[in-house]
Amino acid sequence: MATQHSQSVARMMMAPAVILLLGWMLVPLTMTLFFSFKKYLPLRGGDLGWVGFDNYVRFVSSSSFWPAVATTLIIVGGVLVITVLLGIALALLLDQPMWGQGVVRILVIAPFFVMPTVSGLVWKNMFMDPVNGFFAHLWRFFGAEPIQWLSHASMPSLVMIVSWQWLPFATLILLTAIQSLDTEQLEAAEMDGARPLGRFWFIILPHLARAITVVILIQTIFLLSIFAEIFVTTAGAFGTKTLTYLIFQRVLESQNVGLGSAGGVYAIILANIVAVFLLRVVGKNLDA
Amino acid sequence: MARATTIRQKTITTIIAWTVAMVIFFPILWIVVLSFKSEGDAISTPMRVLTSAWTFDSYAVVQDRSDYFKHFFNSVIVAVGSTLLGILVAVPAAWSMAFVPSQRTRGILMWMLSTKMLPAVGVLYPIYLLFIELGLLDSRTGLVIVLMLINLPIIVWMLYTYFREIPAEILEAARMDGAGMRAELLYVLTPMAIPGIASTMLLNIILAWNEAFWTLNLTAAKAAPLTAFIASYSSPEGLFYAKLSAASVMAIAPILVMGWFSQKQLVRGLTFGAVK
Repeated sequence: MATQHSQSVARMMMAPAVILLLGWMLVPLTMTLFFSFKKYLPLRGGDLGWVGFDNYVRFVSSSSFWPAVATTLIIVGGVLVITVLLGIALALLLDQPMWGQGVVRILVIAPFFVMPTVSGLVWKNMFMDPVNGFFAHLWRFFGAEPIQWLSHASMPSLVMIVSWQWLPFATLILLTAIQSLDTEQLEAAEMDGARPLGRFWFIILPHLARAITVVILIQTIFLLSIFAEIFVTTAGAFGTKTLTYLIFQRVLESQNVGLGSAGGVYAIILANIVAVFLLRVVGKNLDA
Repeated sequence: MARATTIRQKTITTIIAWTVAMVIFFPILWIVVLSFKSEGDAISTPMRVLTSAWTFDSYAVVQDRSDYFKHFFNSVIVAVGSTLLGILVAVPAAWSMAFVPSQRTRGILMWMLSTKMLPAVGVLYPIYLLFIELGLLDSRTGLVIVLMLINLPIIVWMLYTYFREIPAEILEAARMDGAGMRAELLYVLTPMAIPGIASTMLLNIILAWNEAFWTLNLTAAKAAPLTAFIASYSSPEGLFYAKLSAASVMAIAPILVMGWFSQKQLVRGLTFGAVK
C-alpha cells in the first residue's frame, strides 16, 4: 500500500521532529564532550587549553565523588524499594471492592502532580522543620525531642520526600497492570483451593513482573536526575549531594566547566546503561 | 466476574483504603488548611491551627508582595506554548509513522525515546551558554523551546500509540468512496485523532508545568514560572508558612485537577505504551 510517493511524503512529515531532536541531542553533547577535554574556567581566565583526560581523572578522584555516588545509590535504591513494595501493596488494596474507590484513587495519585519545588519546600518547612513543623509538634505531643530531619537524618528525609512523590506513579502503573489480569484465572485458582498468598505469589506477581520492570527502569532514569528536591531542601549539604547535584555545582556554582562536563559525560554514560534495558522492554511491546 | 464479597470485608477494605489515602494526601490537605490561616496561627500546634480563625489574607498578600500572577502567567505560557509547539511538530511525524510505516520507523521511535533519557545535567552548560549567546536566558521563548524539545519524544510516542489504534480499514473504505487525501485527513482521520491529541496535550501541559530543572537553571526574576518562583521561598522567606502555603496551593491546584482527569493517559504516556 505504501507507494514511493507516500513514503517520501512520510519522510517529509517526520523531518521536523527528527531534525529538532537530532540538533537537541548532537549540539549540546558535542559541546559537553569538547569542554570535558579542556581546562575551562569562564570566570577565572576562560579557556586554558586542552588537558586530555585530566578532567575525567580529577572528577573521579575528587573527594566528593564517591560520597556523591553513594548518595545517588541510596536515593535511587531507597526510593525504588519503597515505591515498588508499597506500590504493589497499594495497587492490590485499591483493586479490592470498596466504597468511594474513585476518590481514594484520586487522593493516592495526587502527590505526583505536585511540582518538585513545592513538595520539597512543603516537606522541609511544614513537616520537617524542627521547631514549627508538623512532625516536631507531633513528637513534642508524645513527649519526645523533635528530630532535626534535614540535617541529622538528611538521607532518610530526602528518600521519604522523593518516595512520596513517586509512590503514586508506581501504584498507578501496577494498578493498571493488575486490572488487566484475567479474573477467570484467579477464580480458577481460588476454586482449586489456592490461598491468597499463593494466588499472589504464583499468579499476580508473575503477571506484574513486566510492569514492575517498567516502573523500576523509568523511575531509575528520573531518580538519577532529581534536582529540585535537593536544591530547595538541603542545597547539597548534609551529605545529600548526588552526582547530578555535584555536576550542577561544578558547572554553574564554581564555574569549572571542564570538570563538570567530564562529570556530565559520566552521567550520560550511566543513564545510557539504564536506558538500554528500558528500551529493550519497550521495544518488545512495539512488535506485539 | 462478580466475586462474592461480604459487606464486612468491604467495610474493612474501605476503612483501610481511606486511612492510607488520607495519610498520603495529608501534606496537600495540610497546606490547604495552613493557607487559610494567619502567619501566627500557622506555626502553632496542629490543634490550634485547626481551631483558629480562617482568613483569605495570605492569598492577597502573596499577590501584592511578589507579583504572583506574573509567574503564574509565565507558567501558563511556557506549559501551553511548549505543548502546542510540540504537537505541531509531532502530529505529522506520528501520523506518518503510524500510517506509512517503513523498516526504519521502529528505529526512529526508539532513538527518539533515547533522547528523552539524556540526563539534563550532562548538557546543562552547553544549553546555558547557547542561551546566553542567543539572548534567551531568563526568557519565556527560551523555556518554551527547551521544554518543547525535552517533551517532544513523549508527545510523538503518545500520539503514535493513539494513531496506531485508528483502524487502517477505515482509510481504505474512505478511499474506495472516492475521498481524496484532503477529505481523508479532514473528515476521517481528524475526528478520530482528536481525543488522542487532547490526552497527549493534557499530560504534556502537566509535565511542562512541573518541570523543575531547566526552569530553575535558565530563569531569574523575569521569566520564572511557578516552579522557580516557589523555589525562592527556600530562603528564610519559607518561614512564612501561610504565604508559602497559599502560593503552593495556587501553583498545584490547576494541575492537580488536570492530573485527575488524565490518570489513564499518564500510564500510557510515561511508560511509552509499555503498560496500558
